[in-house]
Amino acid sequence: MQVNLTLLVVVAALMGAGVYLLLERSLTRVLVGLVLISNGVNVMFLVASGRAGTSPIVGSSDPADMADPLPQALVLTAIVITLGTVAFLLAMAHRSWQLNGNDDVQDDVEDSAIRKLAIDDANSDSYDLSTSGQHEDDPVEEGA
Amino acid sequence: MTALVPLPVLLPLLGAGAALMLSKRPRAQRAITVGVLAAIVVIAAVLLVAADQDGPQVVWLGEWKPIGIALVADRLAALMLLVSAIVTLAVLLYSIGQGMTGDESETPVSIYHPTFMVLVAGVSNAFLAGDLFNLFVSFEMLLFSSYVLLTLGGTAARIRAGTIYVVVNVLSSMLFLVALAAVYAAVGTLNLAQIAQRVDDLPDHVALTLQLLLLVTFCIKAAVFPLSLWLPDSYPTAPAPVTAVFAGLLTKVGVYAIIRLQTLIFPGSPLTDLLLWAALLTMVIGILGAIAQSDIKRMLSFTLVSHIGYMIFGVALATKTGLSGAIFYVAHHITIQTALFLVLGLIERRAGSTALLRLGGLARFAPVLGVLFFIPAMNLAGIPPLSGFLGKVGLLQAGLAEGSWLALVLVAGGTLTSLLTLYAVAKTWALAFWRSPEQAHEMMKLLPGTGDAHTEEDAATPQLVRHRGHVHVGSVAFGERDLAEAKRVADADEPDRDLYQRVMDGSLPDRLPFSMVGPAAGLVLVSIVITFVAGPLFGFTDRAAEDLMERTPYFSSVLGEDTP
Repeated sequence: MQVNLTLLVVVAALMGAGVYLLLERSLTRVLVGLVLISNGVNVMFLVASGRAGTSPIVGSSDPADMADPLPQALVLTAIVITLGTVAFLLAMAHRSWQLNGNDDVQDDVEDSAIRKLAIDDANSDSYDLSTSGQHEDDPVEEGA
Repeated sequence: MTALVPLPVLLPLLGAGAALMLSKRPRAQRAITVGVLAAIVVIAAVLLVAADQDGPQVVWLGEWKPIGIALVADRLAALMLLVSAIVTLAVLLYSIGQGMTGDESETPVSIYHPTFMVLVAGVSNAFLAGDLFNLFVSFEMLLFSSYVLLTLGGTAARIRAGTIYVVVNVLSSMLFLVALAAVYAAVGTLNLAQIAQRVDDLPDHVALTLQLLLLVTFCIKAAVFPLSLWLPDSYPTAPAPVTAVFAGLLTKVGVYAIIRLQTLIFPGSPLTDLLLWAALLTMVIGILGAIAQSDIKRMLSFTLVSHIGYMIFGVALATKTGLSGAIFYVAHHITIQTALFLVLGLIERRAGSTALLRLGGLARFAPVLGVLFFIPAMNLAGIPPLSGFLGKVGLLQAGLAEGSWLALVLVAGGTLTSLLTLYAVAKTWALAFWRSPEQAHEMMKLLPGTGDAHTEEDAATPQLVRHRGHVHVGSVAFGERDLAEAKRVADADEPDRDLYQRVMDGSLPDRLPFSMVGPAAGLVLVSIVITFVAGPLFGFTDRAAEDLMERTPYFSSVLGEDTP
């Protein structure tokens, strides 16, 4: 199977830029990243479907010259689904902005709890494992 | 009989449209949605019998025989369809009892019922899909309705949890599309049966790439470690019935897809060892997460992740008994996990919270709830003679029969996970149901920062040990989040008090409505029925597993008799 190099470069560029944006904090940028990735995937579908050809209408040309219409139908479906996703994510970004004044993707609650644990660990000067309680002279850490 | 096959997808979609049009008439809307789901239960039961007696039921939509979309109801698909139909019916009845019908001020339009119908259609379509692209579309259908249900009302907590859920799932969908493009480029078709026949001619590395791409996609959906980290944070924030149906069904659709992939397309693949490792880590790390939780909802979300490991274990063994055990375990787990989350919704309504810190003495105030929680919880832990025990024994026997050292390690890991699950639910039982409310209240008052004239010296009293960011009271450890919670409860105004305070000033809500307890009790009853029919059910899953191993019934019924 022969592959069109230009299209492959386009796919790589779209996906790379998309992944870069996806790692951002702002939900709008994440959204733009997802749009880029999805376009990259759609172009990739066209690459995977083989070479371009004549329009696949019976009688208009020799079947051997026709393009494969099935992947294009699949890409069309994927585009519609992505459109819905983008609309929904936009609404979420807007709602997040309404609620918080920004559209930053916020931390997992447990993640921040664990991070706080680690900070407490670093600040604590006692790793006393005894269950009998702390000694009188041990400093009581300010946690809560 | 084959005319029935598309109905589990078509009926809920039509029902969704009708429900949307009738959003001003809640009673008619409820009648339609309940009617549709009840009809699907009947249809799925008929399909189950038909698939068991006459082999897989196949419909080619529009008669586009080799290139179009096929819907296939074989034994496995029909069983999944029946279980999911029963569970969704129970959840719908429960949410109607809860009054989630649009007159709630949280949602502007009555969108709960239509969205729920689309979710059901997506799940049914995923079970029936005979080609990969149809599977992709059904995943999108159920994911989209899950996005809407998860962020229902658009509160800050739900938007926060929903963002991660949506982004992770959209990304996994993109990966799925990449996999589809690769599969199409490699074999020129997306029909499962045709892929399965052509994939043998591919070079090994190409086949391996395709399998890895699809496997990673499905493992994200099924929440297999290490691709499971999105789940425990997103599920608990949704409304109780929504969490119940998510926890019960959505991850199982991923497991179902993995079963199809591993048995139909890539039997005897080199990736089974990798899957076994993933199953082991899913089980053990999931249950360790569950033990660390102090909120019942989060605890159950972690046990959900953990028990996905059992099913992956059965699939990865790739033996008949292993597959049979996995299928049995999926059917059992859908029922009890949903039942547990429904009961949890009842607890939240009765006691105002699901945080262990605030609960105590529920066995005294709500004995019925106690029974309803106890049975599925023990079932989850695998106490004999309940179905969880039977499923686990089936899987462990399959592991022993396989006999490789890795399978034996997994048998040990599975046993350990089972014991730790027992520990996790027993802890929940002891704290939320068994101890007296006074005890719970006193224990909470012991915590520092609760405002009850506690000084720093009090914080060093013998009952109270601080260690690595946790506060230990007696044998229970509380993290920083619980301390903040305790402070909030202690300083709280009327509505935010703990159970003891609410009992004392008589502000505990009235008895729970039967319309909510009924469906939850019904689902618990179904889980008991599964125990009683375990013999015939295991016979059925054995036959289903045999079909999966042989593959020829699937090929010949999908592609016609002339194929090899």
